[in-house]
Amino acid sequence: MNSVLQMTVNGRPRADVVADNMLLVDYLREVCGLTGTKIGCDGGECGACTILADGGARLSCLTLAHSCAGQVIETVEGQATRGELSAVQSSFHEKLGSQCGYCTPGMIMTSESLLRTNTNPTEDEIREALGGNICRCTGYIKIIESVQAAAEIINASREAAE
Amino acid sequence: MEVLPEFKLHRPGTLAEALKIRGSLDEARYISGGTDLLANIRRGLTPTENLIELSGLSELQRFEADADGLHIGAAVTLATIGNDPAIKQDYAVLAEAANAVAGATHRAVATIGGNLCLDTRCLFYNQSQWWRDSNDGCMKYEGEICHVVPTSKRCYAAYSGDTAPALLVLNAEIEIAGPDGSRRVPLDDLFNDDGIDYLTLAPGEMVTMVHLPAASKSKTASSYTKLRIRDSIDFPLAGVAVRVTQENGKVTALDAAVTGTNSTPIRVTGCDAFVGLEFDEEQGQKFAKLVQKQTSPVQTTTTKPQYRRRAVTAMSKTLTQNLLQALSA
Ligand SMILES: Cc1cc2nc3c(=O)[nH]c(=O)nc-3n(C[C@H](O)[C@H](O)[C@H](O)COP(=O)(O)OP(=O)(O)OC[C@H]3O[C@@H](n4cnc5c(N)ncnc54)[C@H](O)[C@@H]3O)c2cc1C
Ligand code: SF4
Ligand code: FES
Ligand code: FES
Repeated sequence: MNSVLQMTVNGRPRADVVADNMLLVDYLREVCGLTGTKIGCDGGECGACTILADGGARLSCLTLAHSCAGQVIETVEGQATRGELSAVQSSFHEKLGSQCGYCTPGMIMTSESLLRTNTNPTEDEIREALGGNICRCTGYIKIIESVQAAAEIINASREAAE
Repeated sequence: MEVLPEFKLHRPGTLAEALKIRGSLDEARYISGGTDLLANIRRGLTPTENLIELSGLSELQRFEADADGLHIGAAVTLATIGNDPAIKQDYAVLAEAANAVAGATHRAVATIGGNLCLDTRCLFYNQSQWWRDSNDGCMKYEGEICHVVPTSKRCYAAYSGDTAPALLVLNAEIEIAGPDGSRRVPLDDLFNDDGIDYLTLAPGEMVTMVHLPAASKSKTASSYTKLRIRDSIDFPLAGVAVRVTQENGKVTALDAAVTGTNSTPIRVTGCDAFVGLEFDEEQGQKFAKLVQKQTSPVQTTTTKPQYRRRAVTAMSKTLTQNLLQALSA
């Protein structure tokens, strides 16, 4: 069964003919060509596929594309503004929060969603939010430091703007 | 790209619409957050030609308190429940159980209805198609025998939802809607001690509401604890919910329920024996024995059943002691 699916992906409204049984992750990767979102497991175990739906972190491998009709979807490709990395992206780069990089898009999107609602997360809150994101490389410490560094950047730029 | 089996997705906006769609189909499954169902469908389990999405049903979003108690629609998410200040205050065991389900990203979409109706789990079932094929499947799906208890005529897959034991000790009732109308029953009546036929829902029926009685006026403490491999994300190897009230150092009410050890959540019977007594070490041991007798984990996880059984008894005793201590303080 195919039907037209409308949603906003990284700021652009889209309309595509999509099958009912297509997962959001496959829609993003195969139809939109946004291969930054990764598939790391056979369903819900790893967090590599995390994207934002209406600002909240979602596992795109456990979400049907049509279930997101009308929603605002963001992927890692949409995080930089005019070639400039987001606070979370640059912090993961600076603080070595990424090694092989496979988990990184998911880590960045989950962190982004956390920091949009809580700009001063405690270490426990960071661990809790990232509980569903698995990393084989870093040992997590560097990831937590990256999120903390991003929080500092976001807070500093807010203060500067005030 | 791994292609899911073909199905049609229906997205009704009201309960009446959902039941009408269901009535027009020979076969269909309900999907709420999809965090259990889609993982299973991806692994070639629980095939279906029609998915009816419940997350959009306005009636199932209801979440309000009145003189009768708290009413939680089946589509309310575990994140909403786990973060709700009133639930944390008056029904702590439920908030703790909701927060113990999977990871935060799952809980943002996972619903209380889906958590109650979560498929039972087993080492030989929750595997990829090729893994299961190499064992010729099993009695629960695409096979003949049970690999856990090979002489058995039934399946022992474990009921693994975290919120069920919490809702049992809170004496929750649920509302069920289906083609033949709706009914309200104690939550206990939803479950069946069978790994395959684990729910009593008739074809086409769904859970629409969870009702909790008004919070008790007497001094009550309740809590949930679970054993799991990774604290951040895993299913319960065993989970225990306890609710207790105490006056003048004596137990005045005690309720306990267990998940993860049998094909159904277990409401521990015989807890009344502790009413009127001081819950000292001796009574604690007796309580642990009581829990041990009523739980029977088998090898449905990589963790040994003997360990899960010993852990569940120790957890029950410690949790109850801690709650009573907190009430005395
Ligand atoms: C990595 C991972 C870890 C997990 N860890 C845990 C855990 O620790 N504890 C735990 O309890 N669960 C765990 N889960 C399973 C799942 O995320 C939760 O149980 C969740 O609450 C299921 O809710 P849902 O809304 O996503 O259900 P769905 O997947 O939508 O549905 C689950 C089942 O219930 C049926 N259903 C859904 N809603 C209704 C309804 N209203 N009436 C009747 N039937 C209905 C569906 O047909 C399906 O059979 C985990 C899942 C993953 C992927
Ligand atoms: S308990 Fe037996 S029949 Fe049930 S899923 Fe496991 S192996 Fe299969
Ligand atoms: S690919 Fe989605 S959780 Fe692993
Ligand atoms: S950086 Fe390699 S998996 Fe996380």
